[in-house]
Amino acid sequence: MNGYPVLKGASYTLAVTPDMVIHNGTTQTTEQIVNPDSEYLKELPGHLRSFEDAVAYIPNQVYIGNAKPADLASTEFPFYDKKWPNASRDGKYGQIMPQDEFYGVIQICDVFDLVNLEKSFAAEVKGKLAAQNLFTEAQLAVLDKNESTPEAITALVNDEHAEGLYMNNKLVGAIKRAHDVDVNLSAHVMLENLVTKASNVISLIELVKKAGVAPEEVDYVIDCCEEACGDMNQRGGGNFAKAAAEIAGFTNATGSDVRGFCAGPAHAVLHAAALVKAGTFKHVVVTAGGCTAKLGMNGKDHVKKGLPILEDAIAGFSVMISEDDGVSPQIRTDIIGRHTIGTGSAPQNVIGALVTNPLEAAGLKILDIDKYSPEMQNPDITKPAGAGDVPEANYKMIAALGVKKGELARGDIASFVKDHGMTGWAPTQGHIPSGVPYLGPLRDEVLAGETKKAMIIGKGSLFLGRMTNLFDGVSFVVQANDGSAQGGQGAGFDEAAVKTMIGQAMRDFAKGLLGEE
Amino acid sequence: MAILNGKKAVIIGDRDGIPGPSIEACVKTAGAEVVFSSTECFV
Repeated sequence: MNGYPVLKGASYTLAVTPDMVIHNGTTQTTEQIVNPDSEYLKELPGHLRSFEDAVAYIPNQVYIGNAKPADLASTEFPFYDKKWPNASRDGKYGQIMPQDEFYGVIQICDVFDLVNLEKSFAAEVKGKLAAQNLFTEAQLAVLDKNESTPEAITALVNDEHAEGLYMNNKLVGAIKRAHDVDVNLSAHVMLENLVTKASNVISLIELVKKAGVAPEEVDYVIDCCEEACGDMNQRGGGNFAKAAAEIAGFTNATGSDVRGFCAGPAHAVLHAAALVKAGTFKHVVVTAGGCTAKLGMNGKDHVKKGLPILEDAIAGFSVMISEDDGVSPQIRTDIIGRHTIGTGSAPQNVIGALVTNPLEAAGLKILDIDKYSPEMQNPDITKPAGAGDVPEANYKMIAALGVKKGELARGDIASFVKDHGMTGWAPTQGHIPSGVPYLGPLRDEVLAGETKKAMIIGKGSLFLGRMTNLFDGVSFVVQANDGSAQGGQGAGFDEAAVKTMIGQAMRDFAKGLLGEE
Repeated sequence: MAILNGKKAVIIGDRDGIPGPSIEACVKTAGAEVVFSSTECFV
């Protein structure tokens, strides 16, 4: 096959779940165990935002495509006290869903009758979800089966080890455990897994609605979230991919899960691109739902500083990688950065492995890449918590290596950060911010001729699993379509290959001069 | 770096900043004994 795999479309979604911050975020659940009477837990509810405020939050509007990354860059920091003027829950790339509707989606995604919603709540949610035109009548009918009274729901939580679902701190539903002994099927794990599945499903459906993907054309789906599903005999057995794609109606697809902590999405895009480049499949979707555990992760610092709880949404994204159509941005499967086992963890080694080494091998300079998308965490969340501005730290390190290599002047570091970087807009949902939030805006920028080349960088903290102290990361370059698939301008001319050939010829020539033939 | 000579050091590195092993290498050369070192992810 000529050409490269292309970025055919992307979707991004959020579900604003303030009650889940309290009941399911690990910062809060840990506090409830170790310090149940803490000031933080008392103050927390007063810092939760309304759905409308979360929708109007500019980073969220960038995430779903109603505002551009440049709009956030031109917004005065901090962002939490500002609103996007034309904010809407409906976005160019997806949508922001309120908590009650999201609970309905969780039940639609539950095929083992584990989710119980209070009868009148379920009826109300069904009406709201029907108006969203996301699910079939048959899928929505699942919500009609709820006969539970508030007392029955309370009994499930108090007596049957179920996890509660709350609206404004009032119990409206419960998720039961799927086994009486196996902790891998406990109510806690089932809730986490159904949440990631549900948020994944919303993103897949929005990929169909907003990016025009035909679900029946998709051959393969790769899930790259950070959860694990399985039972006591195969704890991470997996296949969130197929489970979510089933609900989203991707009837001709099979799939599997790829894991790599926060680097999972970048690894998964490489897998997808390789499958397409090899001709194994024509259309592969990389997708992930979000994570309840990380809700309110930095909440203590946000409350202490009088900020709203900014980590109040479950995120999801989906990206379709397809065979070269001659138009869409291409994924250069031959310019791949990788953190190897021997790379080590020193920051300059990491950025060298992920950025400068692959560029150098392809005959490119740091400044040849118009935009870099590393970890795109929103600094509004991380700076008050003392974690700094993560994207900016990455840009500075790339620029510093550029100075070291003589590719830019020391005085140009600040302008490099501004011109080749972006202000982070992604929620701190682990794998979600990891390079991929830019794929949607990037596709639009490339098609508009605003951006020619970009590098997506995913990094992962493998040491969190206590199996290795290693760090991880992979990167890839996305470029404007060079027409190589259709015999266009770039057909028959591979710049990197030509450079390699010239290099080899010069080495042979030098050997000849030295008499080493 | 004489302030670290002969001292015991507890190191918590940052995934997106300076990781534990890098800090560890520095403080060892300054004469400190590393009693704990890890890298954490804050995002």
